[in-house]
Amino acid sequence: MTINSTARCPFSGMPAAIDEPAEQRIEAPVMDVDPFDEATLASPYAMHERLREADGDVVYIPAYDIYAVARYDAVRETLENWQHFSSAAGVGLANFNSEKPWRAPSLLLEADPPQHDAPRAALEKILGARKLRRYHDEWRQTAHELLGGLLNDGTTVSNDGAVELDAVTEISEVYPLSVFPDAVGLQQEGRANLLPYGNFAFNAFGPRNRLVTDDLETIGPVFEWIGNQCPREALNEDGFGDDIWRAADQRHITEEQAPLIVRSLLTAGVDTTVYGISAVLYHLASNPDQYARLRENPQLVRRVFEEALRLESPVQTFFRTTTTEVTIGGTTLPENQKVLMFLGAANRDPRRWENPDAFDLTRDPSGHLAFGSGVHQCVGQHVARLEASCVMEALIERVERIEFIAPPQRHINNTLIGWDSLPIRFVPA
Amino acid sequence: MAMQTATRTDQLVIVDRIQRSTSVTEFVLERADGSRLPDWAPGAHIDVVLPSGKIRQYSLCGDRWTPHQYRIAVQREHDGTGGSVEIHEDVQLGDVVSFGGPRNNFRLAPAQHYRFIAGGIGITAVLPMIEQAEKLNLEWQLLYLGKTADRMAYRHLADHYPGRVTMHTSTDNGRASIRQWLGDLPEDTMVYACGPETMLEALPEECPDLPKHFLRTERFTNTLADATVSSEPYEIELYRSGKVINALGTTPVIDALSQAGVSVITSCSKGVCGTCEVDVVSGEIDHRDAILDDDERAANTCMFPCVSRALSKRLVLDL
Repeated sequence: MTINSTARCPFSGMPAAIDEPAEQRIEAPVMDVDPFDEATLASPYAMHERLREADGDVVYIPAYDIYAVARYDAVRETLENWQHFSSAAGVGLANFNSEKPWRAPSLLLEADPPQHDAPRAALEKILGARKLRRYHDEWRQTAHELLGGLLNDGTTVSNDGAVELDAVTEISEVYPLSVFPDAVGLQQEGRANLLPYGNFAFNAFGPRNRLVTDDLETIGPVFEWIGNQCPREALNEDGFGDDIWRAADQRHITEEQAPLIVRSLLTAGVDTTVYGISAVLYHLASNPDQYARLRENPQLVRRVFEEALRLESPVQTFFRTTTTEVTIGGTTLPENQKVLMFLGAANRDPRRWENPDAFDLTRDPSGHLAFGSGVHQCVGQHVARLEASCVMEALIERVERIEFIAPPQRHINNTLIGWDSLPIRFVPA
Repeated sequence: MAMQTATRTDQLVIVDRIQRSTSVTEFVLERADGSRLPDWAPGAHIDVVLPSGKIRQYSLCGDRWTPHQYRIAVQREHDGTGGSVEIHEDVQLGDVVSFGGPRNNFRLAPAQHYRFIAGGIGITAVLPMIEQAEKLNLEWQLLYLGKTADRMAYRHLADHYPGRVTMHTSTDNGRASIRQWLGDLPEDTMVYACGPETMLEALPEECPDLPKHFLRTERFTNTLADATVSSEPYEIELYRSGKVINALGTTPVIDALSQAGVSVITSCSKGVCGTCEVDVVSGEIDHRDAILDDDERAANTCMFPCVSRALSKRLVLDL
């Protein structure tokens, strides 16, 4: 792509002048950043600030020939305006208008209205907050059993009864897998495939870097297992999976659509909640005063989760593709351009949030974009909230203090931000 | 109401009024600031609060690729419950009405072929379905029933889609044979019908071979015919703390709660995502969300405070 002389470089103050006729006029500030560089993925905050503070609501990133939005209002508008920002051309870097998707596109994530309508409506009903009430008691009990077990059987290290553990491998990765696959109605065998599948799927939204290519050799059997869980006969009756097939019986969706919608549950329903629970545990361990406040005010449980999601934004980015020439905040983008939305940057935009980097339970985190917004807003958000609140309720009842015993280790993924390891000490209540 | 200026997100200004037939007027509604309206799909309706406080449901019949605008069309019914006369006579260009929803009990499910049957003003629910079938390049047919041609607001459809539309007027031609019109249906055909009760009641007999899930109907019922929205202030009692908060009748519950420092997490602020659901202990709710169906609304046990308010003087919430 040739950059027209109207392009501005906000750092040198010099226009990126080129004499030959422009193929395409780039009106947006040009940003020399690599959002998928591993160091940046591990700590994207400095880049977020550069993107937000560039001279415009939308910027151009030549490294991938993409546009990007990072300010709250621009990200929200891009998320909600499905008419101009398509998901059907893929919500990753690949443009399905010209590139073959690595798997059959999702009927939810990678679809626009009208094709998106029926699958979305069906799943929204199945995962609605009122439908989930039947799981409250069971999921609460599972959380108590998990934490009770860790406190009783863990390595006691001091006479205050403190127990040391890794919150990622012993809580965040364990709890969702103890409740969600049962609720979907999956068979027991092979559930270990869920985490690597999710990790791969979220990596695959980025470029074909090491994070993707390293897994290519081992991911085949994981795909196969996932595919085998989607037909009706693989699913127990009375789970979300069977509910999807029942929606096909009632002709809200077609029988061809049902297995792909089950696949969506398996792709998006596990890693995201693992990362969400890690985010809460990380911020509670990092902010002992806020944890003490939560213990005194258990009704803050929901706010704690939303504030942790705002700050962490486990799903950091998604792409859209322009359906026509479209203007964001005075900048005109051509048709068929990839636009990268930085949800995490929007959730820390000082234009929207006071003292945005602070984990603050006096704040109202309503309106954060960690679940997205608009017709594609996370359809499983109520599942995520229920899981997290069950874990937190058990936690505050049983644990008086949470302390780090070693530095946490980031997990690197092209789309998600999370933790490989959160080494902590629980001081029992 | 005519004097009111639109400042809230649930308020719509009448930006156009189009006489579509001798008895049907189409209303074009937008927010005063021209902002995006909540998303909808074919089959959806909004609840419109008329100047008198009466609540009426109207199918959205516009184009959702124009996201800042809703269109509804209303048939004047002299023997109705007064809503249609009121909107025709008292709601003029520039006037403001408030709305709830959109809700959808008549969703267009995926199929290869569609047969649409519209009785009278029932055509409004079908219009966006036709547009969608066209967009998806699917085969469809419309049977459009009316008393007389001059009352049929969208009779231009027959010219616009030659070969797809059958018009039938009962005054001249008697009752239509729906069974004959349907004929032998191709495989994977869904039948959508919207119109008066008498037409819908007869339908299952008219297509006896059609599996029941392939026939979808929408009735013109008005479950809220007796409810009247008041703009008087009301009280919100918090059941767990016993605290009582005064609320303005014109704003959603969340406004009063947040002013009183009561925390309820919201997300979409449009009554769509379901994040802010609150249990209701007692009191009548003025539901404005896009989530609950009629039965769930009638149960009166929960609400979405980001958009909804109170019909009764006191609302007791489980907070």
